[in-house]
Amino acid sequence: MIRGKVLIAEEICKGCELCITACPQDSLALSEKINLKGYRFAVLVQDNCTGCVNCALVCPDAAITVYRQKKPAKGINPEIQVAV
Amino acid sequence: MDLPPITNGFELVYKKPQTLTETPMHYCPGCGHGVVHRVLMEVIEEMGIQDRTIGVAPVGCSVFAYDYMNVDMQEAAHGRASAVATGIKRVLPDRFVYSYQGDGDLAAIGTAETIHTVNRGENILMVFINNGIYGMTGGQMAPTSILGMKTTTSPFGRDSKLAGHPLKITNLIAQLPGAFYVTRHAVHTANAVRKLKKAIHSSFEYQLLNKGTCFIEVLSNCPSGWKMTPAESNKWLEENMFPIYPLGDLKTPSQTMN
Repeated sequence: MIRGKVLIAEEICKGCELCITACPQDSLALSEKINLKGYRFAVLVQDNCTGCVNCALVCPDAAITVYRQKKPAKGINPEIQVAV
Repeated sequence: MDLPPITNGFELVYKKPQTLTETPMHYCPGCGHGVVHRVLMEVIEEMGIQDRTIGVAPVGCSVFAYDYMNVDMQEAAHGRASAVATGIKRVLPDRFVYSYQGDGDLAAIGTAETIHTVNRGENILMVFINNGIYGMTGGQMAPTSILGMKTTTSPFGRDSKLAGHPLKITNLIAQLPGAFYVTRHAVHTANAVRKLKKAIHSSFEYQLLNKGTCFIEVLSNCPSGWKMTPAESNKWLEENMFPIYPLGDLKTPSQTMN
């Protein structure tokens, strides 16, 4: 499985939960803490993100940056690639 | 925003476009305006036309659009964004010009300007955000409010005898010969956002070819005005607004050619 990472700008997030609804992997949830605006912001709670970008596409405040694991080159065993 | 270095074989696949400013948006949590701003700016960044684009900001919730969009912007009087955009495009025909308006601006006070701009076939892109309510002033009934919709000025639901029927201005515009590309989109899911981005991209390409007016209606939610959570409002949008305002192309370039 291709792994992804999301980086959420905590102070920009308004806790609208649209990214949580859009996430097919249920990787996101609202935090227990609040930010300076007084909103509970979105955080990554599970380590199963695939970097599908759905959360970033529906985010009204452009608070989400998405990273994805590089695809292994063709013909090479992906497990060897990970071990390196 | 400073991005951390890419480590452990991870690569950047999505970030906020450089054409959006760092100013945090003032919109309510979950508002569709932010998504449309971002998609519009993403297209401008991808096409590399940031220094050749002029936007016209409306009056309404998105009145501060010029604070968020990092392109040349001009504020227009209420409802007159398309008229101002006409002037800009005629004086500077080599620039990409778009107007950005809400339903209270484009379909109520600015109906005359909207229809005549499209009828003249002005070579601009008009982006129309339809959420069926006056969001900025506290949730009053708009011409595009659907029948039975409860707003602060129609507390028992919109009555067609008293307030008429929802104004489908996009359908009106599609009949005009000046319109080249008329389409209706939404921003409630990631796929809908992708389709909207494609439509904006082709509209700017048609503008480069001097084809005529491109008109994109975007159905959006208004969680504060509809008094719902953002997730509930998206569901309400699908169940109640989509039957009256079906998504899809109303006029495509192939129809215009015939």
